[in-house]
Amino acid sequence: MKNEFQVIAELIEKDKKVLDVGCGDGILMQFLKNNKNTNIRGLEISKSKVQECIAKGLTVIEGNAEKDLKQFPDKSFEYVVLSQTLQAFLNPELVINELLRVGKKAIVTIPNFGYWRVRLHLLIKGTMPITKTLPDEWYNTPNIHMCSIKDFFYFAKSRNIKIFKSLAINNQNVSIINDSNLTIKNFFADLGIFLIEK
Amino acid sequence: MNAENNIKTFIVKKPLKLDCGKTISEFPIAYETYGSLNKNKDNAILVFHALTGDQFVSGQNPITKKDGWWSYAVGPYKAIDTKKYFVICANVMGGCMGSFGPSHEDPNTGTAFGTNFPVITINDMVNAQYNLLDHFGIDKLFSIAGGSMGGMQVLQFISNFPDKAKTVIPIACTSSHSAQNIAFNELGRQAIAADSNWKGGDYSSEDTIPNKGLAVARMAAHITYLSKKGLQEKFGRKLQEREDLKFGFDADFQIESYLRYQGSVFVDRFDANSYLYITRAMDYFDLAKQYKGNLSDAFRATRAKFFIISFTSDWLYPTQENKEIVIALNSIGADVGFVEIESDKGHDSFLLDVPDFLSALKNFLDKSYTEN
Repeated sequence: MKNEFQVIAELIEKDKKVLDVGCGDGILMQFLKNNKNTNIRGLEISKSKVQECIAKGLTVIEGNAEKDLKQFPDKSFEYVVLSQTLQAFLNPELVINELLRVGKKAIVTIPNFGYWRVRLHLLIKGTMPITKTLPDEWYNTPNIHMCSIKDFFYFAKSRNIKIFKSLAINNQNVSIINDSNLTIKNFFADLGIFLIEK
Repeated sequence: MNAENNIKTFIVKKPLKLDCGKTISEFPIAYETYGSLNKNKDNAILVFHALTGDQFVSGQNPITKKDGWWSYAVGPYKAIDTKKYFVICANVMGGCMGSFGPSHEDPNTGTAFGTNFPVITINDMVNAQYNLLDHFGIDKLFSIAGGSMGGMQVLQFISNFPDKAKTVIPIACTSSHSAQNIAFNELGRQAIAADSNWKGGDYSSEDTIPNKGLAVARMAAHITYLSKKGLQEKFGRKLQEREDLKFGFDADFQIESYLRYQGSVFVDRFDANSYLYITRAMDYFDLAKQYKGNLSDAFRATRAKFFIISFTSDWLYPTQENKEIVIALNSIGADVGFVEIESDKGHDSFLLDVPDFLSALKNFLDKSYTEN
């Protein structure tokens, strides 16, 4: 399981009810179910990924986060997880609001556009950055609303969203982000993980 | 349809109050089973059939000599694995394969009930079939499953008996029959009524039955079970055993010939009055209305695990209607999974060889069973 999922799993206590939005093939769901006794549900847009989840015995609904989160009642999950998909939505703000309505807390991870390799790529090559976490070309990328760790920090502040914990991942290294090291972390981390609440 | 020794029946002794107000008792339910019930009696799956189905789910139907209606899904090592599960299916009340229906003799007149048979509902059907649990000594079913009208029975069953099934699989169905569905059913009923042989439903004493009306009803309904794309790919404008158009009203096109054939074989196995009664039961189905407009309330009492399946090309019970059930379940935090299967085969997809559907069904059942 990738490092990002280990970090997310550590943020979630045992025996909680969790919704994984954009759960993919259900790797994180399965880990939470087996190791944290999580009452876990998934929402996934891809039919084939939904099939993979069913084959793993996971409860998943085929659907789109922008349209289908509204069927869940307020605060019906303790945690709602959104892993590296916020940047792919037409309206990320709406999705964040929905995550915070449905979940008591939300865990959002973003590929960091402020990462030094990304900056360097654009600076030196003058073309849209391609990295390990952002592997697609500009014309076929699903990522239409990229942001940096700093952007997300400022966004949360401006919307009165509480950030309980924010973590930076750079390869295998996980470190805590705070107001004083924000600029440095925004430079060296390729992934940001935020535990938020409204 | 006289091979009655091939039909297993038991008599329900308990009186059953029907939605129409009448009470019936000592009525027969015809059923079939596949596989065997285990010691703990926790491997039973109750399958509900659709409008024109019967209790012969798998293997060869002893009456029609054709494959059982859900042979693709049910059988040894299939999606609903009869090596593992004990599958029960009953002919619905109002049907014509041995269960209490309009072709049964009315003790008051000595002739068939015909339209004197009480109008029945999906609720009446499942209340009647609930007696199967007692009959087999099953406290809780491992699963209930069915497509189309079978799916409606699944929904009604779990709402009536919330702790009697562990898993619940409504397929290609709706919680409330739409105006379009009622319209198609009415077309079928009027085709039967327009056949002079129907005689207000009192045709059993005569040699002539309303074959033409019933065949037209079947032809119209059959179109609704397919998709435009499926029809176009299978038939297009291909001609039936002729080089060119004949400038007449014989079946020039293959699709015409196909529908005529479907109509003609249907009348050999189905009763026109049963068709009226069962379509009526479908039209009356509105689960939300039973709970004062709140569909979620139908499922509030159950802890069962739901898996809802729809098909992309099904325009009779479209994905949106299936999703309304998902939404009602999610809004009360029920355990519900949902997938829309890609298929060009229309509403009939659930009866056909659609590998993505069959694997989803199998995986859901087998995984849920091991977690038992």
